[in-house]
Amino acid sequence: MRDLSWFWRLTVPLCLSVQAIAAPPPQPIQRGEQVLLTDNDPGKYGGRIVLALRTEPESLNPLTALDQPSRDVLGRMMADLIHINAVSQQTQPALAESWKASKDGLHYTLKLRRGLRFSDGHPMSADDVLFTFQALLDEKVNSSQRDLLIIGGKPIAVRKIDDFTVAFDLPRPYAAAERLFDGMQILPRHLLENSYRQGTLPQTWTLTTPASQIAGMGPFRLKEYVPGQKLVLERNPYYWKADRRHQRLPYLDELVFIFVPSEDAQVLRFAGGETDMITRLSADNFKALQKDAASRGFQLFDLGPGLDYNFLFFNLNSTVPKDAADVARHQEWFRNPLFRQAVSAAIDRAAIVRLVFHGRGTPLWSSTTPANKLWLDSALPQPPRSVEHAKQLLHDAGFSWSAEGALLDRSGAAVEFSILTSASNAQRSQMSTLIQDDLKQLGMKVQAVPMEFKSVLDRVFQTHDYDAAILALGGGDVDPNSQINVWMSNGSSHVWELGESKPATAWEEQIDSLMNQQLTTLDFKRRKQLYDRVQEIAAQQLPIVCLASPNVLVGARQSIANLEPAILDHYTLWNAEQLYIK
Amino acid sequence: MKSSTQFRIGLSVLALLHLAVLVPGFFAPYDPAEQDRSLSFAPPTAIHFKAHDGSWRLRPFIYSVTATNDGDYAEQSGPEYPLRFFVRAAPFRLFGIIPCATHLIGVDAQAKFLLIGADRYGRDQFSRLLYGGQISLFAGLLAAALSLSLGAILGIVAGFYGKWIDDGLMRLAELFLALPWLYLLFAVRAFLPLTVSTTTTFFLVVIIIGLVGWVRPARLVRGIVLSAKERKYVLAARGFGASNLYLLRRHIVPETYSVLLTQATLLVPQFILAEVTLSFLGLGIAEPVPSWGNMLSSLQQYHVLVSYWWMFLPGLALAVVFLGYFSVADALEKHVQSASS
Repeated sequence: MRDLSWFWRLTVPLCLSVQAIAAPPPQPIQRGEQVLLTDNDPGKYGGRIVLALRTEPESLNPLTALDQPSRDVLGRMMADLIHINAVSQQTQPALAESWKASKDGLHYTLKLRRGLRFSDGHPMSADDVLFTFQALLDEKVNSSQRDLLIIGGKPIAVRKIDDFTVAFDLPRPYAAAERLFDGMQILPRHLLENSYRQGTLPQTWTLTTPASQIAGMGPFRLKEYVPGQKLVLERNPYYWKADRRHQRLPYLDELVFIFVPSEDAQVLRFAGGETDMITRLSADNFKALQKDAASRGFQLFDLGPGLDYNFLFFNLNSTVPKDAADVARHQEWFRNPLFRQAVSAAIDRAAIVRLVFHGRGTPLWSSTTPANKLWLDSALPQPPRSVEHAKQLLHDAGFSWSAEGALLDRSGAAVEFSILTSASNAQRSQMSTLIQDDLKQLGMKVQAVPMEFKSVLDRVFQTHDYDAAILALGGGDVDPNSQINVWMSNGSSHVWELGESKPATAWEEQIDSLMNQQLTTLDFKRRKQLYDRVQEIAAQQLPIVCLASPNVLVGARQSIANLEPAILDHYTLWNAEQLYIK
Repeated sequence: MKSSTQFRIGLSVLALLHLAVLVPGFFAPYDPAEQDRSLSFAPPTAIHFKAHDGSWRLRPFIYSVTATNDGDYAEQSGPEYPLRFFVRAAPFRLFGIIPCATHLIGVDAQAKFLLIGADRYGRDQFSRLLYGGQISLFAGLLAAALSLSLGAILGIVAGFYGKWIDDGLMRLAELFLALPWLYLLFAVRAFLPLTVSTTTTFFLVVIIIGLVGWVRPARLVRGIVLSAKERKYVLAARGFGASNLYLLRRHIVPETYSVLLTQATLLVPQFILAEVTLSFLGLGIAEPVPSWGNMLSSLQQYHVLVSYWWMFLPGLALAVVFLGYFSVADALEKHVQSASS
C-alpha cells in the first residue's frame, strides 16, 4: 500500500484552518475615543455562540422590522442613544454619554460620545442622529416607532447644536421621556441617505443585502446569511464599549442564528449541544431538560415572573357581524360587570400555575406582573377562588339555576358561550380547558374553540365574531406607557372593544383620562398613583380577566461566562458584548 | 400462521375492542372529562396483591397516591382499596340512551384507579381511551368506507367505460390532489358558526376526510379495471354476449377486492390521525371530549416523550387495533385469492 501520510499532512491543517473562525480583530482604542468602560469580569477573545430563531428574520431594516427574530438580530447589530438596562430596568447612557432635561420637561439635550465609528469604520456624529430621527418621523417611511415620537398629535423636534450635541424639543411634557430613546437605533447616514432621498428606505437592508452595505453601532455586524439555514454576525471591531482592562468588546468572534421552527425541535437541538442558548422555554420543556442539565453541561435559569400576562376577555364590541346573532345575545351577559366578576372569582388561577406552568408562574389579578417592581400596585386585592362568591354575584345579577344546575339568564336561556384560543399555543389551550371546567361549576356551558392563530386574530381584531378569547400581551418595557395601547379606548390593543371613537362606558372614559394625565405627569409618585387607579378600575370592571404570568425560563451552556439573564428582552443576549467562552 | 387462525384472532380482538368502545361507560371507571387537579400526570396505579406489611391478599388492591414536592407521585402506606367489580359510580347512558351507573371495575372514591395513568388535568386516560375510541374508530371506519366506496365506484366507472368519462374523472382526481386543502379548510371553518357541536364535528370530520381521501383508491382501482377488462376471459365473455353489468359483477369488480381491502387497512389509521390536523384548524373534536387524535397529539411534544411514558399507552392501543385490521385484511385477501384461483 502506498504511503498516504503526505496527503494527511497537507489536508488536515487545511481543514482545520477552514474550521477556525476568521473574525476581524478588535481595533485598538484611539486617543480621544470616548469608549464606555463596563464593569464586567474581563474575558478572553474568541469563540462563538449558536442559538436558534423560530423563523428567519423578515428584514434587517430597524425602521420597519416588526417580527421578533428581526428584532433579536438587529438588537445585536444596532445601538441607541439611551438604553434601558435589562437587569435594573432603569435608563443608562449608551451612544449619548449624558443628557439633561429642562425643568419644564420640554427640552432634552443629549451629548454624544466622541470618536465613535460605525461597524464599517465610518465615524458617527450628530448628523447620523438627525438623519435617524428624520427617517423615523417621516410618514413615507412608515416606521413602527413613529407613533412613539408623536406626543399629543405633534412630532418631537430634533436640533443639532454641534457635531456631538443634539437637542430634542417635546411639544408637551412627557413622562419618562428618556425611555423613549431605548430602541431608537441610530442609522448610518452615509449608507442610507441616498435611498432615503429616492424614497426606497423602507425597502433597503433586506436579508440579501451585501454585508458591506449594512453598518450599525451594535457589538456585532452582519457576516453572512444562508437562506433557510443561518445568519452569522461577526465582531464589530469598532464597538464603543471596553472592559476595565481596556480590552475592546465584544469578546465573541461570532454570533450564529440558526432557524429552527418549533420549540420542541429547538429543545432537542439545545439538549444535543447544537445550540448554546435557548430562550422562551415552556415550563414543560424546562422540567424535561432539568433532568440531565448537569451531565450535559448546561444550566437552566428560572428568572421568576416576566412581563407577559395571559388573560381572558369577553367580546364587548358594539359592532358584531349581523349573522352572529348568538354573539350579540351573549353580550348582554358579558356587558354585566357582575358576570365578569363571577367568572373571575370562579377561575382557579392556582391550578393554572400548577398544571400549565408546573408551578413556574404567578397567578395574576392585574396586568402588572410582580416582575414590574416599580409599578406593581401591591394594594390590589387578590381574592382566592370562590365558587360560592361567584354564584352569589350571578344571583345578584339576576341569573338563576335550572333543576339540573344549568345557569339561566333572566329570560330563562341557558348560559352557553365559547372561548377562542390559538391552537398552536398549548399553554393557552390548556388554560381554556381548565377554565371550561371551572365555569362548569357555575352551571355555564363553555366550549373551548381552538383555532389557527391568524384566524383568532382575525376574529378578535377584524370581524369581532367571537364570545370570549384568551390571549397574552407583554410589555417590552415596565413603564405604563408601553401599555397605553391596551388601556386607551382608541388603542390598537384595546382588545375587548376595538375602534371606538369615544369611550363606551364611564369607567373607560375615566381610564382614558387617567392614562392621559400620567402621560404628562413628570413626578413618579403622582404617576404611580394615577396608574394604580387605572389598575384598580380594571380589577373592578374586569375588561380583561388576568390569569397568570409564566416565569421567564432560559438555558445556556455552562461554558458561557458573564451571562446575566434578565426578564427584559433579549433575555440572554442583552449583554452579548460581555459574553465570552471560558 | 394459518390464515384462518389469523383471521379468527384478528377478528376477535377487533370485536372486543369495538364492543368496549361501543359501551365505554360500562368499561370505563370514570367520566372522561372529570378533572382531578391533584393528579396531574399521575402514573398508572400499581395493582398489589402483597400489602406493605408483607402479607398477601386474595383480592387485588391499590393504594392512593399523593404528589411529592418535585412533581412526582408517591404511594401512601395508608388504607388499601380493593378493586371491585360492577360498582356504582359516575352515571352515564348506555348506547347513549339507557341511564346507567354500573361500571365493570372501580375502587372506593377516596382513591383513584388509573389503569394507564392520568393526563395533565388528572383525567383517567383509560376512560378517555374508551370514549375517544368511540369517536375515532367509527369516524375512521366511516370515513374510510366513504372514501373507498367513492374511490371504488369512480375508479371502476373510469376504468371500465374509458374515453371521455375516464379523462373527466381522472382530471377531477388530479384537481382534488392539487387543491390546497389547508386553505380550503380555513374557508370551511370561517363559514361555520363559532361553536360546532360534537355530533356535527363528528360528521364533518367523516365527510371532510372521506372526500379528501377518495383519489388514491380510485386511481388504483382504475388501473386494475383497465387491465382486467382486456383479459382474454373477459373478452371471451363479452364475445358470448355478456352485458356490461354482468362483466363487472362477475369478472371485474372481484379483481379489485384485495386492493380495496389493503387500502382500507391503510386508510383507517391514517384517517384517525387526520382528525388531529383538523383539530388544529378548529374543525376537529374539541376539549374536553376525548378522541384518539387529540390524545395522540399531546405525544408530539418533547417533554411528554421524556417525562411521562404512560402517555404513550393510547398509541399502543392504536397499534393493536391496526394489527387487528391488518391481520383480518391479510387473511381476507388470501381467502379471496385462493377462491379465485
